[in-house]
Amino acid sequence: MAGGVFRGGIHPPDRKEGSAGSPIQRAPIPERLIVPMSQHLGAPCTPLVAKGDRVERGQVIGDVDAMISAPVHAPAAGEVVSVGLALTPSGTRCVCVTIATDPGQSGDTFVAIRPTDAGTASAARAAGLVGLGGAAFPAAVKLVPAKSTPVDTVILNGCECEPYLTCDHRVMLERPERVIAGALLIAEAVGATRVVVAVEDNKPDAIEALRAVARSVEVLAVATRYPQGAEKQLIFSVTGRVVPGGKLPATTGCLVHNVQTAAALADAVESGMPLIERVVTVSGAVARPGNFLVAIGTPVSVLIGLAGGLRDDAVRVIAGGPMTAQPLGDLEVPIVKGTSGIIALTAAEAAPIVDTDQPCIRCGRCVDACPMVLHPYAIANYADRRNWDGCERFYALDCIECGCCSYVCPTNRPLLQLIRTGKGALLTKGVRR
Amino acid sequence: MSDSPVSSVKLAPAQTPPVSAGRQVTAGPHISGALSGKRIMLLVIAALAPAAVWSIVCLGVPAVIVYVSCIVSAVGTEFVWNAAYRRPQTIGDFSALLTGILLAMCMPPMTPWWICAVAGVVAIGLAKMVFGGLGFNLFNPALVGRAVALLSWLGVMGELKPYAGGWLGVVPDVAASGKFDAISGATRLAVAAADRAAAGAYGFDLSAQYNALLFRNVAGSLGEVSAALLIAGGLFLIVMRIVDWRIPLGYIGTVAALAWVWGSDPVFNVLAGGVVLGAFFMATDYVTSPITKKGRLVFGIGCGLFNIVTRFFGPMPETTTFAILFMNGLAPVIDRMFLPKPFGWTRPAKGAKAHA
Repeated sequence: MAGGVFRGGIHPPDRKEGSAGSPIQRAPIPERLIVPMSQHLGAPCTPLVAKGDRVERGQVIGDVDAMISAPVHAPAAGEVVSVGLALTPSGTRCVCVTIATDPGQSGDTFVAIRPTDAGTASAARAAGLVGLGGAAFPAAVKLVPAKSTPVDTVILNGCECEPYLTCDHRVMLERPERVIAGALLIAEAVGATRVVVAVEDNKPDAIEALRAVARSVEVLAVATRYPQGAEKQLIFSVTGRVVPGGKLPATTGCLVHNVQTAAALADAVESGMPLIERVVTVSGAVARPGNFLVAIGTPVSVLIGLAGGLRDDAVRVIAGGPMTAQPLGDLEVPIVKGTSGIIALTAAEAAPIVDTDQPCIRCGRCVDACPMVLHPYAIANYADRRNWDGCERFYALDCIECGCCSYVCPTNRPLLQLIRTGKGALLTKGVRR
Repeated sequence: MSDSPVSSVKLAPAQTPPVSAGRQVTAGPHISGALSGKRIMLLVIAALAPAAVWSIVCLGVPAVIVYVSCIVSAVGTEFVWNAAYRRPQTIGDFSALLTGILLAMCMPPMTPWWICAVAGVVAIGLAKMVFGGLGFNLFNPALVGRAVALLSWLGVMGELKPYAGGWLGVVPDVAASGKFDAISGATRLAVAAADRAAAGAYGFDLSAQYNALLFRNVAGSLGEVSAALLIAGGLFLIVMRIVDWRIPLGYIGTVAALAWVWGSDPVFNVLAGGVVLGAFFMATDYVTSPITKKGRLVFGIGCGLFNIVTRFFGPMPETTTFAILFMNGLAPVIDRMFLPKPFGWTRPAKGAKAHA
């Protein structure tokens, strides 16, 4: 019952060969961890520790009483050396707990979450689980479906459609039974009848590994095309259902979680493991690209050091896949729950920096590439002139910010950036879809 | 891995600004496709090159003079304009070069150099730069240049001669002998029109003209010398996904179908005059054609309709220029008719008060 292929999209060079064959390595716990209190969408946590406190690995160090949030745990045992504002990968400052870690930790023991038997959703909440694909939406919220929108299909997103990234690929390859266990837990929690792991067909080894342990879970190969892993596009590809404009994806009866999220959920439910580490791809212009199991809060510079350091030709370092990532101006920022990769780009690989205003030549490539069937050039032109009504009439708020328009633009217009400006202005004005 | 030393991070040398902490910080996406605007222009020029070179081979020095004067005036106008307004120089995007080549290809080979120069200045200055340069013009610059030259120097450009008493006298001879040349101004299209107006009295055999129109036609503009080479170039651009097939197909299909409806030879009507050059290289200009797929098909059909109706029922046989210019003016309106429904919505965008 596959739906087919969504409209638009692009085929960027995948550049995964650098790290795809590299097994997950456990990164040593660094001397110092910087743990932000806001690593998720929703309310930031309030620190529960103060300078000088001892923390154990897995101990809750930040929490807040809000529905859309996720608690934060100490990724290693040590002593809190400061609680205060620090820079995060998003380029903003938020309250961070900095921990001087105890030397010689094995990384095998942790404080299990409590309670462990109160259901999948509460375990996800207690474990501080968020979407590990990049958006970092608190996972527990999605595990309690609204009465009005029952879920019949759970889709695990193993597309990893962004170039360079291979962390989900390696998790599917090396821990397939964890992914499947997580999928079944999610399906059980929401009462879904169909459980699908969708993997782009450029990862046949991952598909094979998953199928070997799949039990009742369907492992579906989907077309390799960016942004296959975008929620609305993936729901369409797997089920043929279309998320109505202005509505949440849940209205289609589908629930999408990332494969790494599912694996982490299985760990949380079965062994009480909080989300204190994740697999991160380090690739591009580094000496030894690879996939690392990293403690949350590890400085990016330390992780790059584990990959052998930056090559001389690296000009740009980004956190995440190159289509949607934030650029890093400061490499001392920490790895957070939503960091899927650290990619160093060379001048030849990086999109050119355009100094002057480039004209739109109306070639229509952005229109063809837009997976949401928008007119990116028009929204961008309106946003450029501060004409927010024009942005709204062309459905700026439906933009999923995949970046396909900017990617294909022959004159390198900053289309996505302009559209974001328009969206921001509309949201500030209180416009809803 | 746990015992591997954590080496210090080596920072790359500072690159072009904007930089922070020794590296670029810029908005995503951080990778981009290989196709640049400059490359698109060069591919179009490459597609035109065989037909242009062949026209020089067939027509010699007069053709060289037309090409040189059109290109120099077009590129020169853009250069001077940018310099005068102290704007970043834009001739490096090759769009003015392309305009110059296209302008030359819609000029007859005997056109004096100064008419070509005026046309080039008008094309770039009046039709492009006053609107704000590349991307902002409403009408195809090359065609505006040609239209102004044509209407200002009708006699020299040759179009109305059969009706003004010029070479009309030679029509019976030319029609009978098939000896077309670049001097008399008697194009196959004009002779066909005269023959049609005279209810076939000259016995001009349209199907006998295919070979000349496809491979070597010296009676007409520089872009009419070889329809075959232009079609090959146009198909190359379609295969390379530089132009959308909908515009040429709509245009040529409509010309052929309506020619057949009105009792003329469809193939002759497609190959003669500027239809092939217009359909593949002029009407497909990104800036002045619709951006929606359906809009492009409608635009192509509209060009073909205007072209063939005015060819059969208007005062001059060659109206490709005006067909495309007319549809250029309608392109924004056509786009507004075909705004797409975003994924998940059942109604299209609410339209634009002002065209984006």
